[in-house]
Amino acid sequence: MPEVPEGNLPNPGAEKTAAAPTPAAAAPKPAPVPWDSALVQQLKNVFGSGIRDAATFAGQNYLVVDRSVCHEVLLNLSGQPDYTSLTDLTAVHYPKDELPFEMVWILFSMSANERVRVKARFADGEEVPTVTDRWVGANWLEREVFDMFGIRFAGHPDLRRILLPEEWTGYPLRKDYGAHQQDTDWVRKNLGIESGQ
Amino acid sequence: MSDNQFYDSLDELEPGHSTFLDSNELVLNMGPQHPSTHGVLRVILKLDGEKVNDLECVIGYLHRGIEKIAENRTWAQFGPFVDRLDYTAAVSNSLGYCLAVEKLLGVEVPKRAQYLRVILTELCRLASHQVWLGTHVLDIGAVTPLFYAFRDREDILNVFEKYCGARLTTHAFRIGGCRYDAYAGFAQEILHICDDLGPKIDEYRDLITGNRIWLQRTKNVGYISAEDCIAFGITGPVLRASAIQWDLRKKQPYSSYEDFEFDIPIGTAGDTFDRYVVRVEEMRQSIRIIRQAVEGLMEGPIIARVPKVIKPPVGEVYVSIEAPKGELGFFLVSDGTAQPYRVRVRPPSFINLQALTKMAKGSLVADVVAIIGTLDIVLGEVDR
Repeated sequence: MPEVPEGNLPNPGAEKTAAAPTPAAAAPKPAPVPWDSALVQQLKNVFGSGIRDAATFAGQNYLVVDRSVCHEVLLNLSGQPDYTSLTDLTAVHYPKDELPFEMVWILFSMSANERVRVKARFADGEEVPTVTDRWVGANWLEREVFDMFGIRFAGHPDLRRILLPEEWTGYPLRKDYGAHQQDTDWVRKNLGIESGQ
Repeated sequence: MSDNQFYDSLDELEPGHSTFLDSNELVLNMGPQHPSTHGVLRVILKLDGEKVNDLECVIGYLHRGIEKIAENRTWAQFGPFVDRLDYTAAVSNSLGYCLAVEKLLGVEVPKRAQYLRVILTELCRLASHQVWLGTHVLDIGAVTPLFYAFRDREDILNVFEKYCGARLTTHAFRIGGCRYDAYAGFAQEILHICDDLGPKIDEYRDLITGNRIWLQRTKNVGYISAEDCIAFGITGPVLRASAIQWDLRKKQPYSSYEDFEFDIPIGTAGDTFDRYVVRVEEMRQSIRIIRQAVEGLMEGPIIARVPKVIKPPVGEVYVSIEAPKGELGFFLVSDGTAQPYRVRVRPPSFINLQALTKMAKGSLVADVVAIIGTLDIVLGEVDR
């Protein structure tokens, strides 16, 4: 069945679709497969066991690296004529894991028209080396990660909150921060109301 | 400016001693409630007379925690929320999110749905560029083009309204395809818009392009080099105006863009005027794409077979599209449940806005408004 829409608006097109057979249902579910290329080999030669994993998922390449070498790996990749631009930088919180914060850097190569994600795990309270020395655009992205996850970046020129007020307490995108949670003291003091909800 | 330093001693008023004529840095606050900031952007300017010595953006006034909301909704429920990112181009956001979830699911979208998506997304690009054109030109002092642009945008919004009932926050697409099929008279109406809009874009050109004031206010204003664009991660028309021919619709085609013939307009100077030329030319290219898609629209299903409760396999993907403002990306992490584990939006406006300081430093204070306009930011997307 196709996804059932909200409300029951009359729509002859959707009914017609429901009856039509679609072959897509049998498509295999994507699963990661090892990624092997000259680039991975070269990185493995330089960093050895620092490169934990290199795999392809849904046609997208990623590298899992040890946190001790993550900055060098990123610089090494960016030093190649290829992966010169940083598309995005973010984090994911896995509170149950020993190293709960996964940093994700998405690099992009214009000449090869390829992306690669570099991932590394960090402990709570541990500083992540900044990449603002290589990409100025990482400045705000790292500030946002600090704002949302409380991850500090070593060497960042101006690490302040960016989206939330500077006096806010708590880091909203951590999994232990509730969906309705807020800094009620801040809201009371600055907005003069009991709750922002 | 501190007040008492001038008159501490009368000696200072003697020639050669005076600090009276020293230029002092004036700190000026602009926004967040300012009509030229296109929303709630606050800019702190450090001025030396008319010259901008430094500039800092303060953002977050429109932060609604979209990424947190996603973790507390199902995959399908989050669909309408993405429309609230770039609210002048809601259809593009919807396409980006749906493509990302489909990639995670491994779903193949039926060809008719892909074409419908292209038609609506390109119409949306036209509407978005018309908002940009009207407001940007208005900021610089030309009032008339705003009315022309908004008049013509109305036709496009009418199509959205007939298609899905909403004009702005459309929630046009669903995971797996489209919720609605083309209505009766869809093709004719859109072809009519295409026929109309070409001459109307000529009209915009006649109003704006040759205007001496416009040229003075935009030529060599807000220059950014190609190298800086890459260092900042800038994408979209801003990147193309700096002479880099880069468009995801061509380079990494999605939703059947490979079926259509179109050019990627680029600029050479990397200034405000070139960005204007690039965007206006993009509108013409969009019309070309829409025409081909409407003419090639085949019969068939409009939505793939997608389970009622969407539970993508464990994994993560990054999928991006060429939104009107630049590269809009979605980085999704699934833990195999019905709710996203993490949704990261890579907003083009946020990343492009970061270059404002670089572009405006050293320019005149009046140019700051032109540069904010030329970056084409939407604060809903910057703040999320």
